[in-house]
Amino acid sequence: MIVVTDLTVRFGGVTSLDNMSVTFDSGTCGLIGPNGAGKTTFFNVLSGFVRPAAGSVRAFDEDLLSMVHYRRARWGLRRTFQTEQAIEELSVYDNVAMVHEHARQPGGSRRGDVRDAISFVGLDVDPAATVGTLGAGQRRLVEVARAVVGRPRLVLLDEPAAGLPEAETENLAAVIRRIPERTGALTILVDHDMSLVSACCETTAVLDFGELIASGPTAQVLRDERVMRAYLGTAEVA
Amino acid sequence: MLETTDVTAAARPRLTLHRPPRGTAVRAAVTAVLLLFVLLALPQLLSLYYVDAMTQVAVYAVVSLGLGVLVGRVGLVSLGQIAVLAVGAWVAARLLFATAQPYPLVLLESGVITMGAGTIIGLPALRLRGLYLALITLMLAGAFSIVLATTNFPNGGHGFLGYNGKLLQIPPIRRPSFAATDPAYFRFAVVVAIIMFALVFVHIRTRPGRAWAAIRQSEPAALAAGINATLYKLWAFALASFVTGVAGGVYAGAAHYLYSYDFPAQNSIILLAVVLMGGAYNMWGAVVAGFLSQFLPALLNNWGVSNDWLTILFGIGVVQVLTTAPRGLADQFPKDMARLGRLIVRLIRRPAPAAAGGEAS
Repeated sequence: MIVVTDLTVRFGGVTSLDNMSVTFDSGTCGLIGPNGAGKTTFFNVLSGFVRPAAGSVRAFDEDLLSMVHYRRARWGLRRTFQTEQAIEELSVYDNVAMVHEHARQPGGSRRGDVRDAISFVGLDVDPAATVGTLGAGQRRLVEVARAVVGRPRLVLLDEPAAGLPEAETENLAAVIRRIPERTGALTILVDHDMSLVSACCETTAVLDFGELIASGPTAQVLRDERVMRAYLGTAEVA
Repeated sequence: MLETTDVTAAARPRLTLHRPPRGTAVRAAVTAVLLLFVLLALPQLLSLYYVDAMTQVAVYAVVSLGLGVLVGRVGLVSLGQIAVLAVGAWVAARLLFATAQPYPLVLLESGVITMGAGTIIGLPALRLRGLYLALITLMLAGAFSIVLATTNFPNGGHGFLGYNGKLLQIPPIRRPSFAATDPAYFRFAVVVAIIMFALVFVHIRTRPGRAWAAIRQSEPAALAAGINATLYKLWAFALASFVTGVAGGVYAGAAHYLYSYDFPAQNSIILLAVVLMGGAYNMWGAVVAGFLSQFLPALLNNWGVSNDWLTILFGIGVVQVLTTAPRGLADQFPKDMARLGRLIVRLIRRPAPAAAGGEAS
């Protein structure tokens, strides 16, 4: 469970996150909002790339913000990025093993853990194959394998299906849905497209212009009037 | 936690995981034969002039290897590597004049001391990338060459600098007793180079290599994967400086006398050009770079062609290589050879089916 309290991020005069308070409980949670709503900024705060002006983030009763960025992986934080980050010149195995060894995962053999992660995402390729030779959908799966290898506690997926055709998106959604039960990790899925979120997430939070405008069970949130307005771009009346 | 249905899927990759990639054994065998030829036969075949040039190739292959680690593996462009080489040569010369330690030990020491100096040069890399880092390292190299021109290389004098301008008889920098002649010293240089290549190879194939690949791809993604980017960038500078420092020590014994004008700052730019031409992403690229920067000048010199042509050639060459084969000659050449091979095979095979068909009818 992560509890976000009064999180504020400013870039110069722009307030990217404005007093955001939200709780992500367990399972797969969605975080949606139109472009520029502050979704990736929120992930960057969790990763330690952006220092918030105010607020706190407690993750499983630990102060996440006081940790040095690269140590958060050791704590159990994993993430993917909007732009694909699988390393092309390394093999599938090395891509996943790289995260395992640097995140210093305890227990179990590295080879076994890496193999588990690769088979969990359903990658039907030779682990020795170079990532550069794979298709876009397979490269995205490598990224998900990197995010689930070992013992993650918090998995952040930033638009993991960006640029994928529909069939591969469905396949990816099936994998994402299984992450919490396999790893026990809290998974947060960011997307501006609602279809993947509604396919994967029981609960969803909605950001608009840095403000949290709704959160709760996904189906209910997606029917929320303010959410519909935010997506259709109508001016706020209230 | 894993579904039972995944067991067969998990078993399949296990079989393929540790099978060496195709051609690895062949490549290792070719490399071994090549090395044996270079060590045993080459000094016998070449004149002393070319043996000396080949010693320089070995030295500069190692320098190129260090720069290749920085540029090709981590994505840090350093234009100060010749200054780092000079540091290695200076330290080795000072130690060789001051002590009677065995030569390999001196090489190790000059590598370690240069590693310290080179890592300091690498400190700006923690904040800067690309052009700015390149400029900073070039400036540092320029500053260092001014210092070197003032202090000079050790020539058997006393004090920290070990330089005495009044010496009438300047003693040569010694060589190891087992490698006093030029062919023997060439073999020694090649063996040292092999050890340096092995050291870098081990780095690239293991934990630091994967961390460097991640940093080159994207630093935020590397940090998110738990990689201490600061540590691994400095590590890359340390490794590059170590091998370059050792190469400097080999250079000192090869040259016997060292002069500051042997290490001009602009040579670092030429070094980057030849490393890019050879291929910064491939360890063979460092060997190609060594040939381009040291053997080619010796060849042209012997033919009576001005070395100024080389600067022009490298200028055109680097543009040509980067546009047509961005991963360098070491990567492109085997591909072209394979294509040529397929072409030849097709040319040989083509008439065969026609002849067979003729007989059948």
